[in-house]
Order: sequence, then structure tokens, then C-alpha cells
Amino acid sequence: MSDQKPKAIFEKIWDSHVVKRADGYPDALFIDRHFIHEVTSPQAFDGLKKRGIKVFNTSRTSATADHNVPTKDQHLPIKEALSRHQVETLRKNCAEFGVELYDLGHPYQGIVHIIGPELGLTLPGMTIVCGDSHTSTHGAFGNIAFGIGTSEVEQVLATQCILQYKPKTMKIEINGKLAKGVLSKDIILYVISKISASGATGYFVEYAGDTITNLSMEARMTICNMSIEMGARGGLIAPDETTFNYIKGRKFAPQGEAFDKKVAEWKKLVTDEGAVYDHVLRIKAEDIGPMITYGTNPGMGMVINDRIPTVAELKEINEQASFSKSLDYMGLEPGSQLLGKAIDYVFIGSCTNARIEDLRLVAEIVRGKKKAEGVEVWVVPGSKQVEVQAKAEGLDKIFEAAGFELRSPGCSACLGMNEDKVPAGKYCISTSNRNFEGRQGPKSRTFLASPLSAAAAAITGRVTDVRELV
Amino acid sequence: MKEKFTTLKSTAVPLPVENIDTDQIIPARFLKATTREGFGDNLFRDWRYDANNKPTKEFVLNQPNYSGKILIGGKNFGCGSSREHAAWALYDYGFRVVVSSFFADIFKNNALNNGLLPLVVSDDFLKKLFEAIAANPATEVVVDLEQQTVSLNGMSEHFEINTYKKTCMINGYDDIDYLLSLNDEIRQFDLAHS
Ligand code: SF4
Repeated sequence: MSDQKPKAIFEKIWDSHVVKRADGYPDALFIDRHFIHEVTSPQAFDGLKKRGIKVFNTSRTSATADHNVPTKDQHLPIKEALSRHQVETLRKNCAEFGVELYDLGHPYQGIVHIIGPELGLTLPGMTIVCGDSHTSTHGAFGNIAFGIGTSEVEQVLATQCILQYKPKTMKIEINGKLAKGVLSKDIILYVISKISASGATGYFVEYAGDTITNLSMEARMTICNMSIEMGARGGLIAPDETTFNYIKGRKFAPQGEAFDKKVAEWKKLVTDEGAVYDHVLRIKAEDIGPMITYGTNPGMGMVINDRIPTVAELKEINEQASFSKSLDYMGLEPGSQLLGKAIDYVFIGSCTNARIEDLRLVAEIVRGKKKAEGVEVWVVPGSKQVEVQAKAEGLDKIFEAAGFELRSPGCSACLGMNEDKVPAGKYCISTSNRNFEGRQGPKSRTFLASPLSAAAAAITGRVTDVRELV
Repeated sequence: MKEKFTTLKSTAVPLPVENIDTDQIIPARFLKATTREGFGDNLFRDWRYDANNKPTKEFVLNQPNYSGKILIGGKNFGCGSSREHAAWALYDYGFRVVVSSFFADIFKNNALNNGLLPLVVSDDFLKKLFEAIAANPATEVVVDLEQQTVSLNGMSEHFEINTYKKTCMINGYDDIDYLLSLNDEIRQFDLAHS
């Protein structure tokens, strides 16, 4: 494709992956890397079996078990029959079709979006898909990564391609210095609160500006991870030295000369001068404080010392009805403050915030302190490698002394599918990405926040402004 | 091959809630099956049943005067998780069309890939639909995919659908059939990019 129009990174990657563009059809987009897990792949493998076809290129697919696994006693057989069956089905399918699996107990096992980057499987310039909406996480490396459904998982397994219409592009530019105690999780919760849970639907987002380029890779992943929570297909950040340094030396990344050659290629992944985005949003880092959500979608968030809106402050009638339903579910009063609100559970985990840097931040603020009485605190590392690293650094000792429970890797209480659930009616401050009704277990109530805010709440037992502690 | 879809005349079930996410449509704890069937039993599980597994009276699927193959939902229907189980659950329960003024991207794709039509109407028409069905639950709604119209009580609105997806729905085609026909081109592309 050789049109001369200035292009955004997104368009460069997309256009270079189109195998076929035919009139009346969506683009057939080649997929460089495909991640699969136990929940959204069995029906896709069944489809292959029915058609009698093989996996197109097994070297481009990697599998792990994460959603449906226990986070305690992972060496034992899974207790619950259906969960066990699902994980066993993944095992069988991977063996039968020749797909590499990082199974329970494997040193590389973990949440699919944590292990990809960690192993150097996620690289700039790629197209990446997975049957999971938070695939957008990988975009932090400057690639096109998005979640797909099971029928599409089958397409990719069968053909290494997917049929897609090119989304529109949005640039979100954030400049300025973040206040102490404000993390990348707060940036993305702030952005979503501004543009709503559906504000970026139909778009692919590029995050730019000096606030973003000053972030570490892990912090960038947190931002891209939650792109889907504003409806975006995905989100990316231009690769730079921070990206290349992170990738260098990782298990499956190109090594030596091959790496240098790749870096030279990756450096070309910049947005051309004059490239046009369909929408641009500018944000000042100074406006962002520690964030917390009060409702049942990630767009219902505010700076932690703000107050929840009143019904009258919302414009549309429909919106008012949904808002009231949501606050009813949460057991909260419109117009009230969350600061000081007692919480029952603290969940530090998920593909949003369960990397080593997150655990270090939590350990730092918790060191020498104890959790509040009556509060249950779970720290669930995102991968086996994160768990091993945390122990090597002695973080486990700090958590233990504080009364936090360090578990084994998995999605855990992020989705109320495995054994880790928040009981009905209880409040959980969570570093995960979704506060939907019942997301952490039937009738559970979720406050989304950063790892620092979650750690602060664990110590005080209440919603706390972490700026007072750091 | 999927079931073909051309026209549908049916009563409709109103669910005037915004941002209905796929965790509501089918909660994660019911995603453990390894086949596509049977998810309809747990459609809207936590809205449909109380903590003791008793049907909740207030929820629309438990109200005998509302039924039909068309579900009408509020804005941003299907947001959240990419689980295709949401589309399977709606289909398995018996829905063939979901009407809303706005759908989340992944849900829309998943629905179309499973013969469930996500039908986008204007905010105004959506309001009229809710009003008409509230006034008379026996109101029949007619969806004509070939003409791209949705009508009831003498009112009608044109809806947009991608031509390719429309052809697939009408003929019961799968995306995968088309992709498989590109096999040689894809092989070459793969070799050139490894
Ligand atoms: S941690 Fe949560 S959001 Fe991430 S992949 Fe697992 S279930 Fe999905």
C-alpha cells in the first residue's frame, strides 16, 4: 500500500497487515500473535475439529490457564468439576493441535496479558488478538492489540487472519506532571470518567504526551489495559527507548543482532507529521487526582475527595434511571462523599495492576504497618514470574507482616468465575478494571482504584486519600 | 452455516437499562461450559433469580405478559467482556434480534457471527418502542433485514447494517468460509513476515 498521506502509527500497522482488501468485504487482517486461555477457546477448537482443519501456524499462538484457576494450592487438582474440565479441555486441545501451553505450575503461567509482555512475545508493530477484551494491554508496546469473540478465535486458529473493518482513530494527549500518589491507573480512570464507558466506541486510541512518555512500561500497560472500558477497540503508545529496554533480553524477544535490526524497524513506528485523527482529546496531568469509582461502570468515577453527583446533575432521563439503579446496587447516596467509607475487602491483582511494580508500590506503603481489623486483603500476582520476583525481593514478608494474603497467579477476584469471590453486599476496593454488578461475585460491590489507594484502604479500613500518606 | 435471517415479526421484551454489560447478560461463573449450547438458562441470571434461585417478580423475563424473539435494550448494550457466551445466551434463550440505540463493538461482532441481529435505531425511535410496548405488551414489531426497516403500529425506521454482514445474515454465511478461501495468499504473507 503506497499512498503518500501522512499516517498515524495505528494506520501504518494496520495497512501493513492487510492480506486482502476487497470491495464489499472487511479487511482480511493478518495476526502476528494470538493468545488463548481456557474460557474462550474450547468452542473454537471444536469448530476446527468439525471442519477437520489444523491450526494455521502454531508458532503464532500461545496458551495459558488463568481465568478459571484457583489461587491457592495450585499443585492440587482443581476442586470444582466444571473448572477442572475447562482447564483439562485446554490441555487436551493444546496437545492435540500442537499449541504451546503455560499450564498451572509452569514457571511462565499467569494472566494472559501479563505473560505476553513478560516473555517478550508482545512486540512493537504487531497485530495481537486474544479472546479477552483486555488484550488492549499489549498496545503499550506500540502495536494493534484487541479482544475478540470465540468465533473469531476460531478464525484466527484456522487462518491466522481476522475479518475486520478499520476503526476510527482517537488521540488522547496528556501533558504535565502527576501529583505525588497519583498513578497511571488514576490517569486512565480519569480519562474514562471524562469520556464515559462508551465514549471511545468505534475508535482505536493512541495515548501521547509527556505524561505518558515519562511512564514505565508497566504503568503504560495499565493505561492501555483499560482502553476497552471506554468502548475503544484498543489503545497504543508509540514505542521508544523505554519500550526497547523493557523488551531487551526477554525470553522470546529477538536477541543480539536480530534485536538491533528490529529496534531500527520499530523506531520507524512514529506518527507522521500532519497525520489526522478522527478525534483528539487533551488532558492536563495536574487535573488528575487519585481516582475511585462509585457506580457500576468504569465511567462512574471521580477524584477520591469529590462527591458523587446528584440525580439532578445528570441531563438525560434515561441516564438518571440507570444512575439511580446503579447507586441503589452500590448502597450509596447521590451527592455523598466516599472518603472515610468503610470497606470489607481489598483486592490487589488482575491484568491491570498485578505486575511487580504494582506489588512494590503496595509493599512500600504497607511496610511496617498492619491491615485494619476485619478487612480481608488479597494480593494476587499476575504471573508465576511476578510471584517469584516478589518473593526474591522479600515483598512476601512485608505482606505477611501486614496480614495480607499473598496468593498464586490467576485472574482471581477480578471476575467472579473462580473460587475467589467477594460476598454479597460487601465493599471491595479493587485494582482490577470492572465494577459491573456482580463482577466480583453475586451482589458484590466494587470500588476501582489504584494499587496505592487500595493499599491505603487496607491499612485504614476506609476509603482514604493516599496523598495524605505519601 | 448459521440459520438464515430475512424477516421477523414478533412481540418484544423491553429492558430500558443503559450500559447492559456482558457480565449481566451471562455472569462469569456460568462460562465454564465447553460447548455453545445451554447458556440461555442463565441469561441475565442475577437479574432473573434472587439469591435463593427463585425467579424475581420484577424482572421482565419473568413477567408473563412480555415475550418474543426481540429484546430491546438501552444505550451501550453489550459493553464489557468480549465473551461470545453473551450472544450465545441471548440466542439460546430464543432472541433473534436485539434493538438498541448503541452497541459495544465486540458484542456487535459476536452477535452477527451467531445469527443474532444487533439492530441500531435512533434514540427517538428507541423511546417510541419502549413507550409502545409499555402501553401494549402485545405490540408486534416487524424487522425486515432485506429492506433494512423496523416497524410497529404504523411507524417505521430505516436501519443501517454493513452490506457484507447483511449478506452473511441473509444467507447464513460464516466469516471463516471467506477467510479459508484466501489460504494461499495468507500462507505467502505469513512466510514473508516471519
Ligand atoms: S485479570 Fe480480569 S480483566 Fe484481566 S484477563 Fe483476567 S478476568 Fe480478564
